[in-house]
Amino acid sequence: MLETDLIGRLRLSSIPYQSGIVMGATAFMILVIVIVLGSITWYRKWGYLYREWLTTLDHKKIGIMYVIVALVMLLRGFADAVMMRSQQALAFGSARGYLPPQHYDQIFSSHGTIMILFMAMPFLTGLMNVAVPLQIGARDVAFPFMNALSLWLTAISAMLIMISLPIGDFSRAGWSGYPPLSELRYSPTVGVDYWIWALELTGIGSLMTGINFLTTILRMRAPGMTLMRMPMFVWTTACTNILMILAFPVLTIALALLALDRYLGTHFFTAGMGGNLMLYVNLFWMWGHPEVYIVILPAFGVYSEIVPTFAGKPLFGYTSMVYATCAITLISFTVWLHHFFTMGAGPDVNAIFGLATMIIGIPTGVKIFNWLFTMFRGRIVFPTPMLWTLGFIITFTIGGASGVMLALPPANYVLHNSLFVIAHFHNVLIPGTLFGMFAGYTYWFPKALGFRLDERWGVRAFWAWLLGFYFAFMPLYVLGFMGMPRRMEHYTNPAWRPWLEIAAFGVLLILAGIGCQVTQLLVSIRDRAKNIDASGDPWDGRTLEWTVSSPAPVYNFARIPHVHTRDAFSHQKEKGLVHHRPDGFHDIKIPRNTPLAFAVGMLAFGFGFGMVWHIWWLAAITFLLTLVCLIVRGSSDDVEDIVSGAEVERIEKARYRELSAIGADDQSRYAHHQPAHV
Amino acid sequence: MSMSASELQHYLFAPHPEEEEATANASFGFWIYLMSDCILFASLFATFVTLSRSYAGGPTSQEIIHLGHTLEETLVLLCSSVTCGFAMLAMYRRQLRRVLGWLAVTFVLGLTFISLELQEFLSLVAAGHGPTHSGFLSAFFTLVATHGTHVTVGLLWMLVMMAQIAVKGLSEPVQSRLIRFSMFWHFLDIVWVGVFTVVYLNGVL
Amino acid sequence: MTQPRFARLARILPVCGLALLSGCSSFPLFDTRGPIGEREITIIVIAFCVMMIVVLPVFVMTFLFAWRYRASNLKAIYAPHWGRSFKIDLMMWLVPAVIVAALGGLEWQATHTLNPYRPLTSTADPVEIDAVALNWKWLFIYPAEHVATVNQLVFPARVPVSFRLTSATVMTSFFIPNLGSQIYAMPGMRTKLNLLANRPGIYTGRNYQYSGNGFSWMQFEVRVASRRQFRVWLAAVRRSPHTLDAAALRQLERPSINAPVAYYSSIPPHLFAYFIALFHGRPTLPSTLVRNGER
Repeated sequence: MLETDLIGRLRLSSIPYQSGIVMGATAFMILVIVIVLGSITWYRKWGYLYREWLTTLDHKKIGIMYVIVALVMLLRGFADAVMMRSQQALAFGSARGYLPPQHYDQIFSSHGTIMILFMAMPFLTGLMNVAVPLQIGARDVAFPFMNALSLWLTAISAMLIMISLPIGDFSRAGWSGYPPLSELRYSPTVGVDYWIWALELTGIGSLMTGINFLTTILRMRAPGMTLMRMPMFVWTTACTNILMILAFPVLTIALALLALDRYLGTHFFTAGMGGNLMLYVNLFWMWGHPEVYIVILPAFGVYSEIVPTFAGKPLFGYTSMVYATCAITLISFTVWLHHFFTMGAGPDVNAIFGLATMIIGIPTGVKIFNWLFTMFRGRIVFPTPMLWTLGFIITFTIGGASGVMLALPPANYVLHNSLFVIAHFHNVLIPGTLFGMFAGYTYWFPKALGFRLDERWGVRAFWAWLLGFYFAFMPLYVLGFMGMPRRMEHYTNPAWRPWLEIAAFGVLLILAGIGCQVTQLLVSIRDRAKNIDASGDPWDGRTLEWTVSSPAPVYNFARIPHVHTRDAFSHQKEKGLVHHRPDGFHDIKIPRNTPLAFAVGMLAFGFGFGMVWHIWWLAAITFLLTLVCLIVRGSSDDVEDIVSGAEVERIEKARYRELSAIGADDQSRYAHHQPAHV
Repeated sequence: MSMSASELQHYLFAPHPEEEEATANASFGFWIYLMSDCILFASLFATFVTLSRSYAGGPTSQEIIHLGHTLEETLVLLCSSVTCGFAMLAMYRRQLRRVLGWLAVTFVLGLTFISLELQEFLSLVAAGHGPTHSGFLSAFFTLVATHGTHVTVGLLWMLVMMAQIAVKGLSEPVQSRLIRFSMFWHFLDIVWVGVFTVVYLNGVL
Repeated sequence: MTQPRFARLARILPVCGLALLSGCSSFPLFDTRGPIGEREITIIVIAFCVMMIVVLPVFVMTFLFAWRYRASNLKAIYAPHWGRSFKIDLMMWLVPAVIVAALGGLEWQATHTLNPYRPLTSTADPVEIDAVALNWKWLFIYPAEHVATVNQLVFPARVPVSFRLTSATVMTSFFIPNLGSQIYAMPGMRTKLNLLANRPGIYTGRNYQYSGNGFSWMQFEVRVASRRQFRVWLAAVRRSPHTLDAAALRQLERPSINAPVAYYSSIPPHLFAYFIALFHGRPTLPSTLVRNGER
C-alpha cells in the first residue's frame, strides 16, 4: 500500500468505526466541543477569550488554565478507570466483559499516562503558577513567555492523546512503554507514536516550567525573604523544579531513542542487532522515579500550607521539613532500580537499591510527624482542605507502609506486577497527590477567581472519594496476595471475583465524589456573589498571597513587600500592620500579551500529528514555523506594557475602600495572632 | 510599634522602583537549561557506553574511527570557541563591527565542523555502516549527531544574532542574548571534549 | 542457610497467623509450598509488623490531635507560637532510621540468600528445566531428558529445580505464586531461577509482565510429583507422538492463546540456545532431533 505524501499513513480506516465505545466517546467529545465553542460564540466571547486567556502571559491565568486541563483530563482518565474496573468485575470465566484485549490494553495505557502526565502534572503546575509568585512577593515568574509556552505545550499534548481516540488508536504497551512490546514489530500501529510525541512535547513544557520556577524562586523573592523564610509550598516547588530539570531530559532521550528505533530502524532497544531492552527500562525509570516525587512534593507543600493555616500555628519543625524535602529530592535519584528488582540484577545491586528505597521513607515519615505536631496544641477548624489533609495522613501512611514492604527485594519478587503494586502506588498517589491537589484547589480557588467553592458539596465529595478509595483499592492488596497480576482483561480464578466487585463498587463511590465536585463547581459559580472573597484572606492565612485582593491585580503587588520572618502575613497580623497603606505608587511593567505562545502550541500539535501519521510536509512546515515564531519572539525587545502609577493608585484605593467597608483593615480583628492574647 | 512613618514604610515595603534584573535572570535561567542539557547528553553518553560493544556482527569502533579526522573537527570547534570569546570581548568594548566580524569567523568555523561531521556520517553510511546496522552504530550516530544538531542550532542562532546586531546595534537585550549564545557555544565545546574522549579516543585506544 | 535470629524468632508470630490463612488456598502467597516462598512471605509479614510501629502511632495521633485540638474544644492547650522541639525532631528522625537500619540488615541478608540465581542446597541433584516464553504460551524444555512440553511444568518434590529462562518474543515474567520468586524472561537474554517444592501438589504459574493481547491466557499448570510419579510422567512424554521438529517450532512461534498442553518426545539439541540465538544473528536449527540422548 502506497503512502500518499499528502496524508502519510492516515486513512479513513484509521477511524475505529467498529468500536461502539470509541465512537460513543468520540460523539461525546464532539458534543462537548460543540457546546463549548457554541457557547463562546453565542455569548460573543471570542474577543474576550483571545485577549484575556489565549494570549495572556499572566501566571495567575496560566495557572487557572493548567487546572482546567487537569480537571478535564481527570474526567477522561477516570472514565478509563471506570471501564477497567467494570470490565474486571464482569469478565470472569467464560464471560468476556465488553472490552476485548485490544481495547482494554489501550485503556490501561492511557489511564496511567493521562493521570500522571496530563492530570497530576498540569494540576501541580497550575497550583505553582497560582500561588508561588504571590507567596514570594514577586510580580510574575522569571520568564512569562516560556510559562505560556509550557502551558500550551501541555494542553496540546493532552489534545494529541484525546485525538488518538477517534483517529487511530493509543499505545497498548502500558504507560511505561517497555520494548520490545513498544517497538514497531509488536506495536505496528500509531498508538505508541501518539504516546511518544505527546510525552515528548509535554516533557519540554515541564522542563521549561522547572527552569522558570527555579529561577523565579532563587532570584525573584521579595527583599528579606531568605530561603529559610519561604513558605513551605515554595520550598517543595523549588525541589520539584530541580527534579523536573534533572529528570525530564532522561525521558526525552529514552523516548527519542525509541522513536528512532520506530522511525529509522535503529537498534537501541530492539531484541537483537545489538539493542538492549534493559537500557530502556533503566532510562525510563531514571526519569520515572523522580517523576513520582515531582507529583508528590507539591502536594506535600500544599499540606504544609493548609495545616498551619487551619490549626492556627506555624508549621512544626520547619527546618526539619526543609531538610526532609531536600533529602527526598536527592535520594529520589538513587532508587530507580526498585521498579525492576525482578529483572535479574545481582543481589548486591538489588540490596543497595532496596536500602536506598527504604531510606527515602525516613524523610517522608518526618513530614507526616511534622504535620501532626503542627496540629498538636493548635485550634483546628475543618473546612474541606483540612478534611482532604486528614484523609491524606491516614490513608497515605498505609500506602507508605506497603511501599516499604515492596522495597525489600525478596518481598518484591512475589509482589511485583501484581495488584499489590497497583494498590500501593494508588495508595500513595491518590491520597498523596490527588487529595493534595483537591485541597490546594479548594484553598487557592478564592485567590484565583475571587469567590469560594461551596463547602457542603466539598464535604460530600471528600467523603465519597475517601470511602470510594478504600473500597476500590484495599481489595487490590488482597488480590495481590491471591496472585492476581495487573493488566488482566479477563480471569478464571473464582476467588478473585468478589474482591473485584468490591473494587468496582468503590469506583462508583468515587464517581459520586466526582459528581459532587462537578456540582460544587457549578453551584459555586451560580452562587459566586454570595461566596465572594472580599478581603482576599478567606482562611485567615499566614503567607503573602493573602495580602492582595482576590483575584490579585495584574501586577500582584502595588509595592513589593519587605519580609522579616517566615509566615510574613502572620507577622503583619501580630504587629498590627495589616493592609498598611504605602506612601506612593509607581509605574509597573507587566508582560504584554502575545499570540505567539498559543501559536507555537497549535504548531506543535500539527507537528506531533504529522509525526504520528508520517505526514512529513506537515511536520516540516510546523517545525519551521515554530522556529520562525521563536525567532520573532527572540528578536522582540518591546514586550512589556506599563501600568501607570495613577492606574495602580486607582486600583489600590478601590481595594482599600472595600477593605474598610468590611473592616478587614481593622487590626483588632487579628488580635488572636498577637502573643499577648494567648 | 515605635517606628516613624517613613521607617514603617521602609519596614513594610521594598524601595521603589525595583531594580531591573532581566539580563541576570535570563543568564541564570540559561545556566539551568544548560544543566538540563548536560543531563540530556549524560543519558546519551550512558546509552553509548552501554551499547559501545554491541557490534551485532558489524564494524567495531576501531574500524570506523579515524582520529585524524576527529582532530580536524576538534581543532575547528575549539578555535570557534576562541573566536566566540573574541566576539564577546568586542561586545563588552562595544565594538560593533568587531563583534560581527568575529561572529562571522565563528560561524564559518562552526559550519566547517558540521560539514566535516556530515562527511564522516555520509562515508559511513555509504560503506553500509549506517545507524540502523547495530546498537553500537545507533548510539554512535545519535550521540555525535545530537551534538551536531546543537551546533547547527547554534549556527542558526548566530545568524539571527548577527542580523539583530546589524539592525538594532548592541542594545541591552541584544547583549543579553549574545551572552547566552556564548554560554551555549562554549558548553557545546565542553560536550565535544566529552564526545571525542568517550567515543573517539576510547573507541580506538 | 542461616537467618538472623530476629527473623527466626519473628517467624513464630506469622506462622500462627499463617496457620489460619494457609488453609485458605486462594492466597498462594500465604499458602507457600516451598522454602523460597516461605521465606519471602515471612519477610513480608515481618516488614508489615515493623511498619506498624510507625503506622499505628500515626493513626492514633491523627485522630487524637484532630479531636482534642478542634477549635471548639477550648479546654485544650493552645500554643500558637510553638513550632520547634529538638526532642521530637530527634525522635522522628531517629525512630524511622532505626527501623530502616534493622529492616536494612534483614533485607541485605535476605536479598543475598533469596537471590533467584542462587542454587539451592540439597542432597538431591537439581532438575534442570529451560522455560521459553512465547506468544502466549510457555515452552518447557527438559534438556537432560531431551523432551519438552507446552503449558505444563512437572517436576519432583523436595528436589531443587534450576531454571534457565528466555523469551522468544517480548519481556515476560515467570512466576509460580505458591513457590515464590518471579524473574523476567527476556528475548536474547538468559535469566535463572532456583525453586523447590516441599511436597506434591498442583499449582498455577503464569506470566506476570504484560506481553500483548493474549497476556490474560498466558498461564501454565504446575504439577509437583513424587519422584516415582515424575519418572512415570517423563515416560509418558517420551511416548508422545509429537516431536518438536522445525515445522512444530514454526507452529509454536505463531501467536496463539489457550494453547493446549502438549508433549514433545524429541527436541533439537541446544534448543534453549537456539531461542537466545534468534536475536543474535541467524541461528540454524539442526535438522535432526535428539531423543533419549540418541539421534
